[in-house]
Amino acid sequence: MDAATVADRVKSIIVEQLGVREDQVVPEARFIEDLNADSLDTVELVMKFEAEFGLPTIPDDVVENMQTVGKAAEYIEKALAEKGEA
Amino acid sequence: MCSFERRVVVTGLGVVSPVGSTLESAWANLLAGVSGIQLLEELGEDFRCRIGGKVSGLDMTQYLSVKEQQRLDSFCWYAVAAGDQAMAQSGLKTGENIAPERFGTMISSGIGGLATISAQQKRMDQAGPRQVSPLTIPMMIADMASGFVAIRHHLQGPNFGVVSACASGLHSIGEAYWVIKRGDAEAMLAGGAEEGVAASLGIAGFGSMRALSGNNADPTGASRPFDALRDGFVPAAGSGVLVLEELEHAKARGAEILAEVSGYGASGDAYHITAPTADGSGAARAIKIAMEHAELPAEAIGYVNAHGTSTHMNDAVETKALKLALGDHAYHTAISSTKSMTGHMLGAAGGFESVVCVQAIRNRVAPGTINLHNPDPECDLDYLPNASRELPELRHALKVNMGFGGHNAAVIYSRYEG
Repeated sequence: MDAATVADRVKSIIVEQLGVREDQVVPEARFIEDLNADSLDTVELVMKFEAEFGLPTIPDDVVENMQTVGKAAEYIEKALAEKGEA
Repeated sequence: MCSFERRVVVTGLGVVSPVGSTLESAWANLLAGVSGIQLLEELGEDFRCRIGGKVSGLDMTQYLSVKEQQRLDSFCWYAVAAGDQAMAQSGLKTGENIAPERFGTMISSGIGGLATISAQQKRMDQAGPRQVSPLTIPMMIADMASGFVAIRHHLQGPNFGVVSACASGLHSIGEAYWVIKRGDAEAMLAGGAEEGVAASLGIAGFGSMRALSGNNADPTGASRPFDALRDGFVPAAGSGVLVLEELEHAKARGAEILAEVSGYGASGDAYHITAPTADGSGAARAIKIAMEHAELPAEAIGYVNAHGTSTHMNDAVETKALKLALGDHAYHTAISSTKSMTGHMLGAAGGFESVVCVQAIRNRVAPGTINLHNPDPECDLDYLPNASRELPELRHALKVNMGFGGHNAAVIYSRYEG
């Protein structure tokens, strides 16, 4: 899966989960401050990422640092590479 | 502040139901005898009951964003829609004509988010505990209807739900009435909300109890309260919410007063987990207490909106209860079960049916009981069979609900005459 595909799928999950517009979902957008997510949303979002990309459970300390759309996509790409899928 | 002299009136009404999700459409359908029951095609042939009352005419996008909808179980959607309608009709605006901390919420559900519980249990069984949604608990807890509606309208007064199964909605109204009477709030948004058809586990459970109708071949004819051939209730979804307001507060702001809440009674059977006390004495006590509080004789009751579920036991026992409480007047008052059209909205029933009582008083007409064709010797009162009836003299309407667990509630609504 290439970086663009990952980014697209991340974007569509965020749009669906947070009820935001596509043009709001830019790499620097922060989930809580810019996309109006609360702590429950971010947990739900991470679970959707895990399910969508078939990733092992993302550790809590990683989730805490995954504050923007770009950082989330970056982590997922890396995790997929480690799985040998990128 | 505390004074039992404080009077409580109704200034707003809201409904979501199988017969319509605006006051006007639901009322017109009830008067016309239209059933809202349909085949639930999503349920397999192995379900004893495959019929139910889904909400009709509700566009949730008018009320909630997609994200807000995803974060709430559907019973809360219905509370939101009915609550918005009631708020709009009342003209109350928190922070403008009422202080937030003087306006409370008591919208109850008998069961809560059962479909959410089922879905998340399935997810856990398939994918493990870490895949269980963080929204599981806030979506399933039955008090979230009150919690979310209060956030929406910024209501900071007393806020909780009442749990009494199919009497939850009516107990909520009765308890909310006392919150105002005792001086803890000037207004309360009160009623019930329930998702009675989306959770197949609920339909299976009630089915195994033999509480549901098995008349899948004739959905609109299946809910037949007081008919000799009744064979169980028909599950339904919906909500009914009222704005209750202290009389002087309502008058001071020039609000239209739709009716007065003049009495409330609650009692317990202490008899059986699901069967009502066989002689009707449990429900009769609640009715008598409501009449005592209202200082009304039995003869004053011009209309009874019955619990009338269409189970063999309920309708026979409720008939006995009305005779015990009203004496000979039970034979002379108009009685109907609108569940014949809506099905049984469980914890929402008392809310929705209270709206029916207020509408009956306002319009001097009561909806009938449809599908009532075969007289049952155990049910020998005037249930307004198959047609609504003009009641030009109607001043006081009695609402009764009974819940599994032996919970009985009765509320009397009266024409406001100064």
